[in-house]
Amino acid sequence: MSGPEAASSHTISVLVDNEPGILARVVGLFSGRGYNIESLTVAQTDPKENLSRITIVTTGTPMIIEQIKAQLDRLVPVHRVRDLTVEGPHIERELALVKVKGSGEKRVEALRLADVFRAKVIDAKTDSFVFEVTGTSDKVQTFVGLMEGLGLVDVGRTGIVAMSRGSEAL
Amino acid sequence: MKPEEPATTGADLLVKALIDEEVEVVFGYPGGAVLPIYDSLFKQNRLRHILVRHEQAAVHAAEGYARSTGKVGVVLVTSGPGATNAVTGLTDALMDSIPIVCLTGQVPTHLIGNDAFQEADTTGITRPCTKHNYLVKAVGDLARTIHEAFYVARSGRPGPVVVDLPKDVLMNKHDYSAPKKPVQHKSYRPQVKPELKKIEQAIELIANAKKPVFYTGGGVVNSGPRASKLLAQFVHMTGYPITNTLMGLGSFPASDKQFLGMLGMHGTYEANLAMYHCDVLINIGARFDDRITGKLSEFSPKSTKIHIDIDSSSINKNVRVDLPIVGDAGHALEDLIRVWKAKQPRTDHKALKAWWAEIDKWRARDCLAYKQGKETIKPQYALERLYHHIKDRDHYITTEVGQHQMWAAQFLKFEQPNRWMTSGGLGTMGYGLPAAMGVQIAHPESLVIDVAGEASILMNIQELSTVAQYRLPVKIFILNNQYMGMVRQWQELLHGGRYSESYMESLPDFVKLAEAFGAVGLRCDDPAKLDDTIKQMIEVNRPVVVDVLVDKTENCFPMIPSGAAHYDMLLGPDDRAQKPTSEEGMVLV
Repeated sequence: MSGPEAASSHTISVLVDNEPGILARVVGLFSGRGYNIESLTVAQTDPKENLSRITIVTTGTPMIIEQIKAQLDRLVPVHRVRDLTVEGPHIERELALVKVKGSGEKRVEALRLADVFRAKVIDAKTDSFVFEVTGTSDKVQTFVGLMEGLGLVDVGRTGIVAMSRGSEAL
Repeated sequence: MKPEEPATTGADLLVKALIDEEVEVVFGYPGGAVLPIYDSLFKQNRLRHILVRHEQAAVHAAEGYARSTGKVGVVLVTSGPGATNAVTGLTDALMDSIPIVCLTGQVPTHLIGNDAFQEADTTGITRPCTKHNYLVKAVGDLARTIHEAFYVARSGRPGPVVVDLPKDVLMNKHDYSAPKKPVQHKSYRPQVKPELKKIEQAIELIANAKKPVFYTGGGVVNSGPRASKLLAQFVHMTGYPITNTLMGLGSFPASDKQFLGMLGMHGTYEANLAMYHCDVLINIGARFDDRITGKLSEFSPKSTKIHIDIDSSSINKNVRVDLPIVGDAGHALEDLIRVWKAKQPRTDHKALKAWWAEIDKWRARDCLAYKQGKETIKPQYALERLYHHIKDRDHYITTEVGQHQMWAAQFLKFEQPNRWMTSGGLGTMGYGLPAAMGVQIAHPESLVIDVAGEASILMNIQELSTVAQYRLPVKIFILNNQYMGMVRQWQELLHGGRYSESYMESLPDFVKLAEAFGAVGLRCDDPAKLDDTIKQMIEVNRPVVVDVLVDKTENCFPMIPSGAAHYDMLLGPDDRAQKPTSEEGMVLV
């Protein structure tokens, strides 16, 4: 499906008071109204003002996305809602920890590929590595896919954090 | 924090905060976790406490109080079951945007999460059914939280706010801090003033309309009585037709010749067809609810739509509009009037004359007609007679939910806002009696009538005990058809007349029931005696239950079957829909 009513992915940044229950409010809004969450990250970003930043990747038609933003905006502890996807260029990054077990040729190949993807080795044993890889979700996914054939045993991903390009704050 | 008074307990501090918020009445029910508050209430005489018989009724009573006064309704319940019983009322208040502050007791902070006696995760349970909620963990936060709760409940789009109060917080001591005025919330800033540029665009569209219609709702009522006056002023300036939602009844005088009646599923023929055929739709404070729109793809297909709403999430939710305006109805109307006066636009008189002629043709169908015989009382007739006897008195109406509610909306005429209290969004059976109590508390000298069905009234019948205790002279006017009428009607129209569980087999004797509670019971089954019964009901200065035995199989018309379009209206029993209800429509409620 294409055209103005097609569903597309949007990355939304939400600045909220870091108070108990705020995450439940946001997540409850999505589940209660039947919206998707594809990725969600949250952490305190301003200890002085006690603010947290939530980054949500969601999918919907333009009408649904507009609803999601309006619904988020009317939550009392929400300060700001920005749709990075429509508000100009922005950057997205994700971090993954990837554990690979193996020996011999496969182990060497894993290390070589890690170098290509600029993944760091953050733990090493004689029969395993833990890599730290950072990049777009696409890059992270590609790296994890390659490791599948080389002894992948565990993956942890942060979900997407995002920010607009240029000097403007959220 | 500036100390103003000697250190007080949390409970005393709470009572002070309520008094500072100009609270006069609290509707509540005591229990272990809120005993300190009840002790504080005992020691003062500024706040009046009304003891209900079930916590759901406390919230509905506070809703009735709030809707008839424009003030915030206050509820006080205990932890656990006290809080869970309040959930239906809170959801009702959320759906209808009624300002409520509900204080719930909670187990002491050190027991939270321990599955303690009468513990419930109240903030967790009420998160989706409140505008906002708080758990107060330290007595130092208590006063500020209460003041903030009142601000959030009453400002912007109003709604219910829960403040959960652990027992130790109520017993610890702290200095009191008075509310800061004006309130500046750190993140919550509802947009009240509309953008002037958009108001000018709206005037342009309105002035050039050939087939305009105003469609206004509860937002006008919630904005305060002034908004209703401004609405009437603006509608008169334009000379355009206007229809109201169920929630908006009273915001425009029903007797006015520009009024088309209520629209929607059981709205008038003329209102619904005006919506379908109009070229400019001016929505002020209504939310394109599914009861209003019917089939979305065929909803008002030819119109340019203007939508004024204080809640931006209500705009473009169901229906795509051309000119969205975020702001309070009163402010928007004030600006609309000012710009209209400044521009002195010339409207298309010829087109408007033709539009009114078209509307008059629809009106001539007399869609609310019914046939009253000599034998049984038609529910519509009962309401027409009721209206005849109350119209010159200062009166307030509440309803339960079902056929009687729709008939009341059709046959009682509301000339002023805040006179009509009904559960619109949630459709809560059992709403009317407790709501009437709240209204009567706020307006002790006025005539307050709960138009009820015999099924709904049983959902909160225990409140007759509250009514008796406070000698509230509320009148409960039961249209008794011995069926859950609306369920029966849908089963007749959509489920082949299989009346599954909709027949009320062992109804109580409502006259004796009334008497058992210390109220007056009356019964009427004869059209010729109806007037006398109603007069008697009004004249007795005591609570009265009137059991009006009405036609058991009367259906509520007009009706837009679910999933159908505005032009697909059933006008009466002989008017079957041309095609059976679609599967898509059957799924809808």
